Amino acid sequence: MSGNPIERRLRGWLDAWPVYRQLTGPDRLGRGAAAQSPRSAALRPHTDTPGPPARSVCPYCAVGCAQLVYADAGRAVQIEGDPDSPVSRGRLCPKGSASLQLVTGPQREQEVRYRAPYATEWADLPLDTAMDMIADRVLDARRRGWQDTDDQGNVLRRTTGLAGLGGATTDNEENYLFKKLWTALGAVQIENQARI
Amino acid sequence: MGSNMAEAHPVGFQWVMEAKKNGARVVHVDPRFTRTSALADQYVRIRAGTDIAFLGGVVHHVLSNDLDFREYVAAYTNAAFLVNEGFADTEDLDGLFSGYDPATGSYDTTTWDYEGASQRVTAPMETGMGGPPIEGAAGGIAQDPTLQHPRCVFQVLKRHFSRYTPEMVERVCGVPREQFLQVCDDWTANSGRERTAALIYSVGWTQHTVGAQNIRAGAIVQLLLGNIGRPGGGIYALRGHANIQGSTDIPTLFDLLPGYLPMPRAGQADLTAYLDRVRARNQKGYWEEADAYLVSLLKEYFGDAATADNDFGFGWLPRINGDHGTYRTTMDMIDGRVFGYLVMGQNPAVGSANGRLQRLALANLDWLVVRDLTMIETASFWKDAPEVETGEIAPERCRTEVFFLPAAAHTEKAGSFTQTQRMVQWREKGAEPVGDQRSDLWFFHQLWRRVRERVADSTDPRDEPLQRLAWDYRTEGDEPDPQDVLRRINGIDLTTGRTVDGFTDLRSDGTTACGCWQYSGVYKDEVNQAARRKPHDQQGPYDPEWGWTWPANRRLLYNRASADLDGRPWSERKELVWWDPDQGRWTGHDVPDFPLTTPPGFDPPADARGPAALRGDDPFTMQADGKGWLFAPTGVVDGPLPTHYEPHESPVRNPLYRQQSNPTRRVYPRPENPYDPSPPEGDPDVFPFVLTASRLTEHHTAGGMSRQLPHLAELQPELTVEVSPELARLRGLTHLGWAHVVTARAAVEARVYVTDRMAPLRLDGQVVHQVWMPFHWGPTGLVTGDSFNDLLGVVADANVLIQESKVATCDVRPGRRPRGAELTAFLERLRSRAGITSATGTTLLTAGRSPTNPPPREAP
Repeated sequence: MSGNPIERRLRGWLDAWPVYRQLTGPDRLGRGAAAQSPRSAALRPHTDTPGPPARSVCPYCAVGCAQLVYADAGRAVQIEGDPDSPVSRGRLCPKGSASLQLVTGPQREQEVRYRAPYATEWADLPLDTAMDMIADRVLDARRRGWQDTDDQGNVLRRTTGLAGLGGATTDNEENYLFKKLWTALGAVQIENQARI
Repeated sequence: MGSNMAEAHPVGFQWVMEAKKNGARVVHVDPRFTRTSALADQYVRIRAGTDIAFLGGVVHHVLSNDLDFREYVAAYTNAAFLVNEGFADTEDLDGLFSGYDPATGSYDTTTWDYEGASQRVTAPMETGMGGPPIEGAAGGIAQDPTLQHPRCVFQVLKRHFSRYTPEMVERVCGVPREQFLQVCDDWTANSGRERTAALIYSVGWTQHTVGAQNIRAGAIVQLLLGNIGRPGGGIYALRGHANIQGSTDIPTLFDLLPGYLPMPRAGQADLTAYLDRVRARNQKGYWEEADAYLVSLLKEYFGDAATADNDFGFGWLPRINGDHGTYRTTMDMIDGRVFGYLVMGQNPAVGSANGRLQRLALANLDWLVVRDLTMIETASFWKDAPEVETGEIAPERCRTEVFFLPAAAHTEKAGSFTQTQRMVQWREKGAEPVGDQRSDLWFFHQLWRRVRERVADSTDPRDEPLQRLAWDYRTEGDEPDPQDVLRRINGIDLTTGRTVDGFTDLRSDGTTACGCWQYSGVYKDEVNQAARRKPHDQQGPYDPEWGWTWPANRRLLYNRASADLDGRPWSERKELVWWDPDQGRWTGHDVPDFPLTTPPGFDPPADARGPAALRGDDPFTMQADGKGWLFAPTGVVDGPLPTHYEPHESPVRNPLYRQQSNPTRRVYPRPENPYDPSPPEGDPDVFPFVLTASRLTEHHTAGGMSRQLPHLAELQPELTVEVSPELARLRGLTHLGWAHVVTARAAVEARVYVTDRMAPLRLDGQVVHQVWMPFHWGPTGLVTGDSFNDLLGVVADANVLIQESKVATCDVRPGRRPRGAELTAFLERLRSRAGITSATGTTLLTAGRSPTNPPPREAP
């Protein structure tokens, strides 16, 4: 380091001034280093994450555009189109491009919400308790809606006491277990967006 | 047609643009000039709900000018087959086919049969994927290869559409003759040996009381022009959710088991009785092997507990005996017959037709479980439904117990989606869910665990299937490993413990277990084939090593039809698969959709059945007769041929027949579901306009995944109603001002968008105005608005029970809608003025005369 403290401070002050850097440095057009602030100098691309991106698929329509999900410490930090895909060649529409907001936005609920009959507000409920309560209610509704036979005595072996809805936004593996469990329960009312 | 691809499937639309760049001509037929129209070579404005009249006109044009691909049609379709002598057409019966029973509003289809073959009368959705069984199909069906016999399908088709002239198309659809003929010329000029044309549709075709027949009509045109099973041809159903294809293949639907096997029905006492309804003993094709698919499924469901001695546990399956569809179930909720409801990733409170009906149903449950990413209207209805404002729902009087469970997002779990061209694509897990957020796989596993615990010691026989359920998936932490679930869906050879290579490996003796026969091969060689990601620039045009496409990683179905009768490509330009005489097998750029070693000229022995009974020129390997069906002798409940019927709600009297609307449509008369009147029974004056709806790029379905996102909410902040300048003048509507759209069900307010994208149609001197709205809004989110779906009534296609939500009648009035109790009174006044009762719209038969001597109806 050369010069006295005052010179050094002056030099530091001058160097922090983009116009000075533009006039004296190599970036005469002020489009690169000359225009950089400490903040922008420290910026890293969103895709500069510790591991490789997860190869994923857009959750909106059924074109099936491939996405690359970049994550840091278990949290998605960037989602981009995957240029390798023969379907989408790296492109995403406005929805696909906004899917980082879909998965990381403040609208995401994080805890179970419970509304008791006749309640006017939501309440908290531990997840395990909720699952136990749901299991009890599934079996109760199943029992109350059970039908052994129809009017002609044909076997029905089913319940119409409970119904399920959903599937077009969930995975094949999840739907498979949904239908399998519902069928074993004897529940026939199961439907998804494909019906509408 | 029936699709605004540029708007709703924009990234897929890049391929249409590529085709256009390569010289393809793009034609868009739609009620509204859209982003797709703007990029098309020709735009044709059509009246919503008249697609069959338009396509029937194309059929008429093709047949009356001998423009069909005759070699293809004669060999690969059922054009030559003779139809039963008792068959009477809609031309004979004023819009009905033979066999209509006014008492049940349904058909006895016996007279639609092929001569000499016998199909069994089938109820809707009874027969699954392979199409209905035809007894005798393997032995050959009476036919006239010259296509001259008056009862051959070709001639029947010709007569059926004989009045669908360009003039009639103009009268029905509002499409000027020259525009229509231009479409016909383009379509036919781009079909044949050297060229192919593709047809694209979306829910603009399915959400009608003639939905299945809209698609049949498209299929007939494409078969006549030789555009099925050939590169650049086909019919593309563009689906609207990431896994809506998968949720039909591996269904969460009441009428299906995995792989389009039908759910067992009441009266099917055992496995044999079930299989006898699903397939015929002597039919052709791969569906004849449905026993192997079903037994393998039962082995996956019940494991060692499924044995030949107990019918592989078939008796443990519940039976259906009618409509258990989502709308029927919703009405059963209002009637107190359903106690609990599990909703995951769906938002019926604003996303299903007749929103008020949906919300009143939710308010009459004992309990409701909603699993979603965000708080959606279906979970919060008890405090923010529009009915809270009208006083019909009050939190302190609403007894529904609601559990909201936060779900893991697509990035926070591994699993597969099946996209719109049947391609299964695996997603890797990229991030961790937080708090109580869990995958649905976790949910069902944990629910199973708890249920199983509770019935472990039960001696009640109804708990047996739960006790015997095979659920030994490899787990990771407290949830199943999704790869292991996919592996079981693929199927396992139980004698070796290894994955099967494909569905032809499946057996009916209990030595294979397979969750979905159609997906067999997705885990071939113990490898997750859906996870393959070979970049497109490192492989050929069909990219077989990216993901995995059912069936058998075949990218184009029925591709045997891409070759001529001798097994050679129809043209060099359009080669795809062909017969290699040196190797004695089919080969080509795609996985051949045909028994690999069956030569093109093969004539099977008389006693052959199943795949072995396919002739060398039977490309439609899932059909009982191996042919593409111009005429559907069975399996389609509202007719063997598509026929123009007016929408359930229409301001227009059917110009073709006195039968106004589909005589088999499902109507649901009840106080919460009133219908607007239509001719001939009622006066459309109070609701004189045609209402239709579709998507915007920036939102998704009812908005649950888009209204909450700042970027998307900002891009499309508000519900609009698009009207023509003519209609704006007629109703005093101001651009960007408020208006409310009204039907017998609801009033919905929106900002007015006056645009020449909409225009009135002139039909026979009658002027028809059409009104368009997007349907993405609801009471919650960053941008809120009335829900379009509240305007709709529930009326459905009898084949598939999909509601007619792409067309209804309405009025549009300037200003904002009334609120609270005033709204209720306002709608009551409107209904009263229109003379609406619970019977309005429910008269199915308007043909003016009953068909003479309807044949006796056999019980389904």
